[in-house]
Amino acid sequence: MSAIGTSMNAGAASSWPRMFGIALLLALFAFVIFGPLANLFLWAFAEKWYFPSKLPQEFGFTFWARVFAPRGNALASLGTSIWIALLTVLMSLIVAIPAGYALARLRLRWRSLILLAFLLPQAVPNLPVYVNIARVFYEIGLNGTILGVVLVHAAHGLVLAVWIASAAFASVDVSLEEAARNIGASPWTCFRTVTLPLAAPGLIASAIFVFLESLDEFTGTYFVGVPDVTTLPLLMFNASMGGNYQIASITALLLLVPSIAFMLVVERFLKADVLAMVGR
Amino acid sequence: MSRADSRSLARNCAVLGMTKSDATVGAWRAYALVGPALAVIAVFFVLPLAMSAVLAFRGKTGEFTLEHFDKSWDLYRTDLMFTIGIVLLSTVLIGVVAIVIAGYLTLGENPRAVAVLRWLYRWPLFIPFIVTGQVMRTFLAKNGMLNHVLIGAGWVEPLAAQSVLDWRGIVVAFVWKQAPFVTLLLAGAMASLETQHIEAARNLGAPRWRVLIDVILPQVRGTLLVGLVLSFVTMLSVLSVPLMINPNSPTMMTVDVAYRINTHGDYAVANALCLMSLVVAGFGAWFYLRHSARSFSQ
Repeated sequence: MSAIGTSMNAGAASSWPRMFGIALLLALFAFVIFGPLANLFLWAFAEKWYFPSKLPQEFGFTFWARVFAPRGNALASLGTSIWIALLTVLMSLIVAIPAGYALARLRLRWRSLILLAFLLPQAVPNLPVYVNIARVFYEIGLNGTILGVVLVHAAHGLVLAVWIASAAFASVDVSLEEAARNIGASPWTCFRTVTLPLAAPGLIASAIFVFLESLDEFTGTYFVGVPDVTTLPLLMFNASMGGNYQIASITALLLLVPSIAFMLVVERFLKADVLAMVGR
Repeated sequence: MSRADSRSLARNCAVLGMTKSDATVGAWRAYALVGPALAVIAVFFVLPLAMSAVLAFRGKTGEFTLEHFDKSWDLYRTDLMFTIGIVLLSTVLIGVVAIVIAGYLTLGENPRAVAVLRWLYRWPLFIPFIVTGQVMRTFLAKNGMLNHVLIGAGWVEPLAAQSVLDWRGIVVAFVWKQAPFVTLLLAGAMASLETQHIEAARNLGAPRWRVLIDVILPQVRGTLLVGLVLSFVTMLSVLSVPLMINPNSPTMMTVDVAYRINTHGDYAVANALCLMSLVVAGFGAWFYLRHSARSFSQ
């Protein structure tokens, strides 16, 4: 029976009841994925939505106007979030590019141990770290400052930055570098004009990853940023806990846009040859 | 020969794996390049972690004590069990979902269905936990879309509709958010397998689920385990989801830690709780290491 089923692959796959079953399952899966997002969407445009109505009684943009009001909190938080994310990218790349290059090209004893060290912030629960950083930062006056939040975000984003940068450098063909060196380029010129441009797509991908992680980070900012640094995730959280679902949903949508936009283009930056080198 | 030249020679030697004395010069530079990044990890990650371990055992006058653990155990042992239960259950469900989806992506015979599934499953991957929390807070609520659809389909009586915003909500949020991550890793590993074994098994008449379980899964077990252990640890330290979906007792330990700090300024008990969740995470790491040690020895 199963032998027949598999030897007639093409025929079985296109039979109608089976196609219908597959379509039904996919539709169900689509609901699981998009249902929650659709609910968020509805809340973002709901003027009034009282129990037990299935859909909002009124749709409108009043809350959007409130979020985007010139002196609204949301725009300020968005600005803070983007500023923090940019600084985090800058800081991560400054230390990650040399580290990634060394890990990809130079001989290091304990190389895999060093790679693992960067994984630590992702592989160990972060809460104890944030709790104690917040305590120390409070004493030295870094709590509630942009710099404090950037430092926390950068430490957490480094694994992505270093691992992807290392993979990006490793995927650059060594013979191209050797060719440049053979015709007299200095190491620095060779790095600047050959290695760096070839590794650039991977480095951009790592920069975007770090940017998004910083943009979406909640727990670290929750402990280290209080009370003065309000990023978009914190604003969303406060609105949601305050029962203001419209504001929370609109803020959530704002947070979703960059993430989803990136998802749709990530493969353009992160080619398979780079992906294959990640963590090696 | 200028200094720059000799240095670059050493570098090239290091690249090409040349003699030992040249390589030491290269090695010195390599450590200098890696140093700053390692320093960031050391100062802003390892140090606070070590502080957590110290503070959890330190009494008021600096003496060694276990009182913070006693207190944590007294107040929060239900939450500890609750946390372990939720995270374990989520991990298992994530594994099952990831295997099913990645398996279909690898073995599916209807190219259109595979393409649609590949397009669909990734969406939650880049959605932050905090947004997942908000999304589920509306979707799973009594007046949420889930209940409306269930009522509309006639599966649930309107009066019997209930909120799922308790431990079940946390599990749903975790699986929804993390399963795509493990699926991505797993599907990638499956795609890079050699197809001969799979084709051989298929030609011998093995049904697809058997091929998945007997031929493919054993070869990608390592990747699956890495994904699951990373998810396990991540879920252990997520604060936003339990805070937004189920902040009342019994809840997850992360919520307790935030409460001890924000309400009582009690860093000692907070650190003891953190250490407890580190131990739980350690079990995950131990599980992983035991597995990878075994696969190395093979």
